[in-house]
Amino acid sequence: MAVTDLAPIHRGFAKKRFKSFAIPAGILIYLTYAFFAFDIPGLAQRFRSDNAMIMISGAWSYKTHVTQDNRRNAVSVSIEGERRATYEDNDWPEWVARDGASTAIALPHDQSVRFDPDAVRVTVPDYGTITVTNTDGVQVQTPDGTLPAWITASNTRADIRLDGGRISVTRARSEVFRYFPGWELFFFTLSSPFHDMSWGQIAASAVSSEQIRPGMSNIAAMASDFWNNDMWRHKDVVWALFETLLMAFLGTIGAALISFPLAFLAAKNFMPVAPARFGIRRVFDFVRGVDALIWTIILSRAFGPGPMTGALAILITDTGSFGKLFSESLENIDEKQVDGLRSTGANALQRGRFGVIPQVAPVILSQVLYFLESNTRGATVIGAMVGGGIGLLLTQAIQTQKDWENVAYYIVLIVLLVMAMDSLSGWLRRKLIRGDG
Amino acid sequence: MTDTIRDDYLAAARRKRMYSGILLILFVAMLAGGFDLAQSRNAGGFLSGLSRIFDFPGELLAEAFQKAGNIPGHMWTYLPSLIETINIAAVATLFGALIGGALSLLATRGLARWPALIPVFRRLLDICRAVPEVVIALALIFAMGGGPVPAMVAIAFHTIGALGKLFSEVNENADLKPVEGLSSVGASWSQRMWLGILPQVAPNWLSYALLRFEINVRASAILGFVGAGGIGYELKNAISWGQGRFDAAASIFLLLFLTIVAIDQLSSRWRNSLIEGEHGRH
Repeated sequence: MAVTDLAPIHRGFAKKRFKSFAIPAGILIYLTYAFFAFDIPGLAQRFRSDNAMIMISGAWSYKTHVTQDNRRNAVSVSIEGERRATYEDNDWPEWVARDGASTAIALPHDQSVRFDPDAVRVTVPDYGTITVTNTDGVQVQTPDGTLPAWITASNTRADIRLDGGRISVTRARSEVFRYFPGWELFFFTLSSPFHDMSWGQIAASAVSSEQIRPGMSNIAAMASDFWNNDMWRHKDVVWALFETLLMAFLGTIGAALISFPLAFLAAKNFMPVAPARFGIRRVFDFVRGVDALIWTIILSRAFGPGPMTGALAILITDTGSFGKLFSESLENIDEKQVDGLRSTGANALQRGRFGVIPQVAPVILSQVLYFLESNTRGATVIGAMVGGGIGLLLTQAIQTQKDWENVAYYIVLIVLLVMAMDSLSGWLRRKLIRGDG
Repeated sequence: MTDTIRDDYLAAARRKRMYSGILLILFVAMLAGGFDLAQSRNAGGFLSGLSRIFDFPGELLAEAFQKAGNIPGHMWTYLPSLIETINIAAVATLFGALIGGALSLLATRGLARWPALIPVFRRLLDICRAVPEVVIALALIFAMGGGPVPAMVAIAFHTIGALGKLFSEVNENADLKPVEGLSSVGASWSQRMWLGILPQVAPNWLSYALLRFEINVRASAILGFVGAGGIGYELKNAISWGQGRFDAAASIFLLLFLTIVAIDQLSSRWRNSLIEGEHGRH
């Protein structure tokens, strides 16, 4: 008896043992295939470590350019080389100084650079002075006559990388880049009187009655300078975030409003005509199957780029998903409440209002809120495709390949926005469904 | 006495109705205002666009019917990039589920290896979930050049967060008795999870992962359109060729539609059988 009874158990064990071996093995085989299908070995060659470095350092630091135009011998100091962020000639940062016909630039670790009339001289402690002349092609002279790895030189260009900065000399211009941590000009640009102030001074001038800009209180002037900051474009960014939220809101709510009545037609207990039910359901399936990508392309063709196109793309895709979800929850209602209302002589509309909606409302609302939250994130991607909202700003900033501090800023804002929507929708869901605070 | 109660009740009901009426009006006003605003910031208006909405699909279909003979050939041509799109989604789902699963165990009360760090892991999952795929994909494309890896990493990152949260909800319902039994015989944390928790949560985890895979196939196609390779990239190119060569775009549309429907069907069937199996066991 014992032997025959044990056989199925043994078989079960064998099956389990096989499974616990076969599943990891299957995953491993698939990953090996993907390893080659994705050309991971070739990735090492394609990986642009210089680009990655530019991106990472650009995200949390900025550089100030000291540029000498070699034809006109004019020196200018600007942040990130932006014309809008050029220092006035009499108001250079203290590490750049004019010295007769030369310009002296101090770098960290006691390194320094001089733009002399005849050459660019770079002084590195414990190494010596590197001289770069520019009269007959670009020529680099190092103290020991050999080029270390951190200097690249050719006939047309010399590039010297130091710890705290970089020097680049071409025929047309000599440039020094000095790196600083942080997001410069985030609050006030150079044109604002508040730029040169410390936080204490700003706080003091906020409460003082002495108007820096006549006819305007200092707080209003600060707010206006911050709001109209043309380097960080806070106004546009806030607008773009709002547009993204708007797309998600209009798309989600619009989809819910359209699919709710349609869901009745797709639910077995409300639509007795099977072919009609079947037809509506296939419409929902079709709309979902066509996918947001294709809808977005079709709609952009008709409506042009902009937030409305994005909202409509979300609306159409979600109509399919909502229709399916809503009709399922309509099919799951308790018929007893409807019967009770019918016994009091309520008509179909009243039965729906008092018998059906109270039952499905919590489920539907929580689904709508959940979609609203996930569509906030989706609207970023759709915005990148249809050209609206923060997605557009983000793709633009990435395409310039140098405004990585803006990219980092937008990413932080997007993540905060999505997390805020996440907690808001979670809070509302708890409140609506439980009916308490 | 009864009259005052009835009056009070009716007054309260009226008040409630009035409040919901005001809320409804506000809500509708917000919708209308929002739509108006969105339309004013859009390149084309709603009504003028509405009449054109079927132009592009019409052209596409007309051309597709005209050159119906080309469609199978095109579909065969684009099959490799479709497979790439699906591979991106599959690998991303796999990595997302593995890492998200590990993080979900670390973020569940009662199971966590380091209970003090539960809030840290929860926040980590929240952040992963909040980052839109396109952000990571575009940044990685700059560092790595195109290809499937940026899209895969981007989708996997988001999947970690999305699945990690759902998984940890599943974990919370797991029976802790097997874990206690295992710890009484001196099992390590990983043994307790592997032998005590995973067998309980595996069907639900798998079901969520399959649902995620459906979503990820769509996301992977979209990322391709933004520049990350796969069928979305081919679609973008095919559309930019313009009229006269829309048969290629139509084939890609068709291919994408069929794939999404097929994956939806297969995965929902598999998920149903998982859930039924679960019910059968109880």
